[in-house]
Amino acid sequence: MATTGEETFESQPQEGETRRDFLTLATGAFGAFGVGAAAWPLIDQMNPAADTLAASTTEVNLEPIQEGQRVVIKWRGKPVFITRRSEAQIEEARKVPISALVDPEKDEDRVQKPEWLIVVGVCTHLGCIPLGSKQGEKRGEYQGWFCPCHGSHYDTSGRIRKGPAPTNLPIPKYTFLSDKLVRVG
Amino acid sequence: MSKTNQTNSVVKWVDDRLPVFTFMQHELHEYPTPKNLNYFWNFGSLAGIVLVTMIVTGIVLSMHYTPHVDYAFDSVERIMRDVNHGWLIRYVHMNGASAFFIIVFIHIFRGLYYGSYKAPRELLWMLGVLILLLMMATAFLGYVLPWGQMSFWGATVITNLFSAIPLIGEPIVTWLWGGFSVDNATLNRFFSLHFLLPFVIVGVVVLHIVALHTHGSNNPVGIDTTGNDDQIPFHPYYTVKDLFGLGVFLVLFSLFVFYAPNYLGHPDNYIPADPLQTPPHIVPEWYFLPFYAILRSITFDIWFLDAKLLGVIAMFASIGLLFILPWLDRSPVRSARFRPIYRQFYWVLVIDCFILGIVGANSPDDPVFSGLDGFQFIHLGMMSTAYYFFHFLILLPLLSVIEKPDPLPASINEPILGGGGNAALAPGKPMEKP
Repeated sequence: MATTGEETFESQPQEGETRRDFLTLATGAFGAFGVGAAAWPLIDQMNPAADTLAASTTEVNLEPIQEGQRVVIKWRGKPVFITRRSEAQIEEARKVPISALVDPEKDEDRVQKPEWLIVVGVCTHLGCIPLGSKQGEKRGEYQGWFCPCHGSHYDTSGRIRKGPAPTNLPIPKYTFLSDKLVRVG
Repeated sequence: MSKTNQTNSVVKWVDDRLPVFTFMQHELHEYPTPKNLNYFWNFGSLAGIVLVTMIVTGIVLSMHYTPHVDYAFDSVERIMRDVNHGWLIRYVHMNGASAFFIIVFIHIFRGLYYGSYKAPRELLWMLGVLILLLMMATAFLGYVLPWGQMSFWGATVITNLFSAIPLIGEPIVTWLWGGFSVDNATLNRFFSLHFLLPFVIVGVVVLHIVALHTHGSNNPVGIDTTGNDDQIPFHPYYTVKDLFGLGVFLVLFSLFVFYAPNYLGHPDNYIPADPLQTPPHIVPEWYFLPFYAILRSITFDIWFLDAKLLGVIAMFASIGLLFILPWLDRSPVRSARFRPIYRQFYWVLVIDCFILGIVGANSPDDPVFSGLDGFQFIHLGMMSTAYYFFHFLILLPLLSVIEKPDPLPASINEPILGGGGNAALAPGKPMEKP
């Protein structure tokens, strides 16, 4: 440095923005970016790992499922309800006026093939598994599913009709690989 | 000292009831520090930062690790392949262990050169030696967790050290194992203890810092500070200097993590543990090599003590005698700058420790120089082990008596104001002068 200490001191502006302010801010910003970049891996490691993501599709053979029968399969650690609906159940689901629904959605929009209803079997209220998939279980007032935790009633399209749950049972992504084989996920 | 001038009313309210802000102001801001500290004084705070890094990455790794003999190896491989950024976190943890030891070894040798262990800092030093021991235990336990070949056989060999103890040795080893060999019970308890010990280290580090702040840092001249002319506040001077050192460290550390993450490790630890097959050449991690060399250098019995027990005793004694170092070296002068004879033997000790490390990395029966079959590593190991103990047990007490120290400056500030004198003594000339 060419200037003497005394001069440097004198020539420092006492107010307003100085070179030092700029350097402090720039250094701080750069440091904050570095800390953020170092923290991200430590946060992101808690997201699903590659092997967990890879295990997120399940194939189901539909061959043995009879008309009117319901089966439960496990997909991503959660139950998925697969129902082979009878004509009467499809009729039941489709005759309801849309205005009567809590979460208005047409049955046609909830199925790829009317015969097969595939929904995630987790109550949209607080995550319990609704009853109704097994023979003899309570199916609720609308002949769909009934959640025992806080009394939500779902219809034959898996739509919420009564109780505290805010939305219909969600539809997972699925593809019919053939007439008798479906891949969930 | 006075209370902080707080303008923020919330800060003031809290500080009135719990004086954390006053405490931080005293210990991290205005804390008076000798103004002549050189870069060797960076390694204490650096060690603290690495300790925190090890704990953070370690907690993250424990979220994905399974401490079971059937799953441990695979869960570590899953961390490397599947867990988001798992490879990075594990490599930081792995190389962080090595970095921690490099930093702490430099920190210790800094203390040896400048006499930082002398009164009134004996307890500060002893707490530091305790931290070293805890670190060694933690590092050993952690190395077992991936359950590779080196993990398993390292655990077997080190736990078997205790079998050297007469009469109760075998029951102790069985107790350590929780069985009749290193097995699942051993792995489980090692994981538990590896998680626990770092927090014990944190506790001892807090005591280490309390002891440090009681009398303040030693300094390169090794004399007590005599007033404000000798001192500068910790912040911003040493916070900035420590941060700069951290930056330099992170550059070097990143080179290892990103370009040579396995350079300091042993490839055999990527082979799953096999209790029926010992690797042909087993070595500990590099930071244990000097101690390993001392362990193997005792090949003779003395009276009723057999070589195995003596080796174990010598290895533990090599660290244990550091506890009594403040009473072995009775010279009233701290810094080696003013101790012409000690200064030279200090460097002999440094070289001796490097030689011990080299000996630890080689087979005892191999010749040190090719073509000179009579001189094997075991002989070099015996010589360097002998010097190590000679240095601390005989040389230092002797030098305390016979060495004539150079004259000390009257204050830290004096060599600067005096202008002339020994240029090497003038720490940090004012920047503006040519």
